[in-house]
Amino acid sequence: MVVAAVLAAATAFGLWRRARDGRVVEARVDEQPLGPDELGAPLGERATLVQFSTAFCQPCRAARATLAHVAADTEGVVHVEIDAEHHLDLVRRLNILRTPTTLVLDGTGRIVRRATGAPRLADVRAALPA
Amino acid sequence: MPTRIDPRGPRFAAVLTTVVLAVVLVTGSAWLLAIQGLVFAAGALFGLPRAPYGLLYAKLVRPRLGPPGELEDAAPPRFAQAVGLVFAVVGVIAFAAGLTVVAYVAVAAALAAAFLNAAFGFCLGCEFYLAYRRLFPSQPNTTEVAS
Repeated sequence: MVVAAVLAAATAFGLWRRARDGRVVEARVDEQPLGPDELGAPLGERATLVQFSTAFCQPCRAARATLAHVAADTEGVVHVEIDAEHHLDLVRRLNILRTPTTLVLDGTGRIVRRATGAPRLADVRAALPA
Repeated sequence: MPTRIDPRGPRFAAVLTTVVLAVVLVTGSAWLLAIQGLVFAAGALFGLPRAPYGLLYAKLVRPRLGPPGELEDAAPPRFAQAVGLVFAVVGVIAFAAGLTVVAYVAVAAALAAAFLNAAFGFCLGCEFYLAYRRLFPSQPNTTEVAS
């Protein structure tokens, strides 16, 4: 009985997580913009894809490949990867709970989109500001 | 370059872990939980490929499969084994102390995590890492100071 309940709950959670994971959503509007000082790298003219990663993160590698691919083949878009563990001030300020978390910044450093979990290539392309 | 492993190894280990923990939950056997705890400890200390389920995978399962499509980092599943160990230790101590409800909650949590890994490929233990670091920041080490 207990085993069945635990497995049912875990399955429900797994399906919910699978459906939501990596979805690119609108960011909250009240976030402060990010600049080169916080990122440790210059902003992209059109967009900056900021990826928060940790050492013990399986999907971070997939996210890295996707974001690096978009940055490589899109003019004015750069990919910046931040080790969350060593930037806890930023992690707390941006309320980052899991890795990978990806923020899409526009040319001025304003946070326009956010994805938790490895995002899909088409979703990242669609999330780029014009 | 971090160590890379066949990702089907940890997945196979998660399936066995799920079965063992389900049996613990049904039978309430503290001994079986203690044995699973030793398996977790071996995975955390020596890496999954050198822990019992990893050796079983290499011996029995891997020869029947083709080569892996891709490799994954060894560190995340290894960290998850350490998280599993914490739950197993809590469970064994709780069983020994007669705190049966606490023991069952610990085993149920570990079972849910192992099942999510086996069925969905989610590494729940890995996801605790950032939350853990937010609570307990790592001490700056010498390499960071040097860079």
